[in-house]
Amino acid sequence: MAIWCADLALDRWRLAEGCAAGEGSDAEPLALIAETAHGPRIAAANPAATAEGVRTGAMLADARALCPALAVRPADPAGDLAFLESLALWAQRWGPWSALDPPDGLIVDTTGAAHLFGGEAMLLADAHAQLARRGLVARAAIAPTAGAAWALAHFGPEGAILEAGDDLMDRLAALPVAALRLDDDVLLLLRRLGLKRLGDLAGIGREALARRFRNRRSPGANPLVRLDQLIGHVPEPLLPVIAAEQPMVQRRLMEPIRHRPLLDRVLADLAEDMARALEGRGEGARRLEMAAWKVDGDVLVRRLEMAAATRDPAHVCRLFAARLDDLDAGFGIELVRLSAPWTEPLALAQAELDAAAERHGTSLAACIDRLTVRLGEGAVRRPVPRASHLPERAQRWAPPLALMPGLQEDFAFHERPLKLLDRPEPIAVIYEAPDGLPRLFRWRGGVHEIARAEGPERIAPEWWRERSTVRLRDYYRIEDSTGRRYWIYRHGLAGDGRGGAPEWFLQGLCA
Amino acid sequence: MSRIEASPQVHVLSPPLAAGLRRGSVSRVLSGAKSARWRPGIATGCRHAEVFAPAGEASGAALALALARDALGIDAQDQRPWLWVQDKAALRLSGRPYRPGLPPHLRHRLIHVAATTPEDALFALEEGLRCRDLAFVIGEIAGNPRALDFTASRRLSLAAEKHGTALWLVRLDARTDLGSARMRWRVTAAASPPPRWNPQAPGRPAWQAELFRAHTFQPGHWTLRDDDTALAAEPAGSRAPDHGDLVRGPGARSLAAG
Repeated sequence: MAIWCADLALDRWRLAEGCAAGEGSDAEPLALIAETAHGPRIAAANPAATAEGVRTGAMLADARALCPALAVRPADPAGDLAFLESLALWAQRWGPWSALDPPDGLIVDTTGAAHLFGGEAMLLADAHAQLARRGLVARAAIAPTAGAAWALAHFGPEGAILEAGDDLMDRLAALPVAALRLDDDVLLLLRRLGLKRLGDLAGIGREALARRFRNRRSPGANPLVRLDQLIGHVPEPLLPVIAAEQPMVQRRLMEPIRHRPLLDRVLADLAEDMARALEGRGEGARRLEMAAWKVDGDVLVRRLEMAAATRDPAHVCRLFAARLDDLDAGFGIELVRLSAPWTEPLALAQAELDAAAERHGTSLAACIDRLTVRLGEGAVRRPVPRASHLPERAQRWAPPLALMPGLQEDFAFHERPLKLLDRPEPIAVIYEAPDGLPRLFRWRGGVHEIARAEGPERIAPEWWRERSTVRLRDYYRIEDSTGRRYWIYRHGLAGDGRGGAPEWFLQGLCA
Repeated sequence: MSRIEASPQVHVLSPPLAAGLRRGSVSRVLSGAKSARWRPGIATGCRHAEVFAPAGEASGAALALALARDALGIDAQDQRPWLWVQDKAALRLSGRPYRPGLPPHLRHRLIHVAATTPEDALFALEEGLRCRDLAFVIGEIAGNPRALDFTASRRLSLAAEKHGTALWLVRLDARTDLGSARMRWRVTAAASPPPRWNPQAPGRPAWQAELFRAHTFQPGHWTLRDDDTALAAEPAGSRAPDHGDLVRGPGARSLAAG
């Protein structure tokens, strides 16, 4: 079954205003606008505005010229999507699973469930009644495939039902090609080709369509794939919406609290409640969200992310303590809620007996959590090899407890420095030897005389990633007269046509 | 008792404790003798060492890594991670650790902490010392920040001795101010021995290291070399630096050099 909420944005606005269609503030011309790069544009217009000539997609300035009395409100696409998600969960009353069809549709799998409502016609009638009770203008249709149901809901007659035995192409031939869920440019192309109905497409033969759209891979750009999905020759995987219940504990407070010690006490209680809730589910929290409702209606939210799943109340309290320092309680906090949006399975473990924890120190995950909370997200990381021969790209930094990606071994014959400067520092060559290597150079104010050197190791730029004017590098491992070992390179060659004379840089410090 | 019994590789580090003797009193007993001379591979029992090094070379961190390996040994079974903490000034002066250049048995276990201030770096060091899953901790702090006073240093020593995790603190371009480290080294780079197959190339790393303060050992001066398997020490000045035959007199220059 496909459900199409034709006026989802407007219906949501009406629900928020608390007025029925055509009454109250809805009686005047009104439009929801979206900000675009070229100025505000009409996202949805109510019937009064449509009667005045305001069209969806028009610029607000043009619409104002047609209808000077037009009232505008900002559109809320993110809110619409969130509403659609909750609607998809609610729509599972008619079938075991449902999928989103953004921006304003739903697909519900009702296979084998229609008899519970007394047949498919009764099911559709029930859907209409329930959606109307929620204040939504919706059209619904039932068909053997998701594509056919979508086509009927958008372009078919009211309450259309296709039986499994029907010849789908025969029954849908009269629908316009827009019923195939194609992109706008493909629809324009089909209109220029004179193909207006589904029957026209079926009439010209598969080979011609396949040849014309041979390099269009995505289903939305290829009418043949969409046609096959409509008939059911090609499977169309849909992503079902599954309700994930997140553990949540909260405390309502009799008196609003304004002081930190009381809040710490409440948080400790909540952490213990949360530990109990998580333990019951056999899970540990990776992300925790604490929300505190103030008396004046403001909500303070603090988030916490852990390196490994945990439910240890003491650890959670300690991590939150660093985040609560800048909390402004105002006139007081009256409700504190702790929820865990991201959880991972965590088996029960033996509790620490007596004061063992004090002697044994902390675990690695707890240590990393403490460091991350104080120093920030990107401060604690581990180097991970990357498939690149450019030295500064050959390693990237990953979260410390993430799994190491599988990679082939490094080359054992390349000598690499122990440390790499974040940015190669230019060195001033004072005296150059005939073979091209500097004999004397100046770096950070000190003069270095090269006593021994190995090189060059030529590293070419990655032409598939960088521009063609990037210069190659000749790397030398050097040791100066006092024994300091460095990794320097010459950037470019004389006469390579990519800039002036080559420059020298110091990039690494060898052990 | 503590994890000393639990993990044999740490046991090597500490001198055997007599029954009924507390950890803190051991160094006092041994310092009375103070006859032993340090040599590579000796069990030092030292959990907190400082390495003073110039910032323009990597010798401080390299020696700290070599000493850590010398103390713990290469153990293929030991897959515990280790921590490398740097403050912002140290990061700017001497660069970031580079994975392909780290010793092969250590490179996949590194966890790096880039702290902004010396206070944050000290916090990270202490948290690292209190973690039971870390093999050792290396810190790099530039200069003599106000936060790293004797009290902070003592805090680190106590944490390291209580939890048995070893700390090597590299001090870049720093004065040798008050500190409670059990061993204090001063290190600069030294000319490396020429490799066998290409005498003109730099060889295995070598350092001039001076142990100028230690509780249990006599001070001394060595040229330390990092062979692939172990740390090797020679008395300082025993060998003239050998620069191969790359250094030529000015008369040997080719005319093309101008």
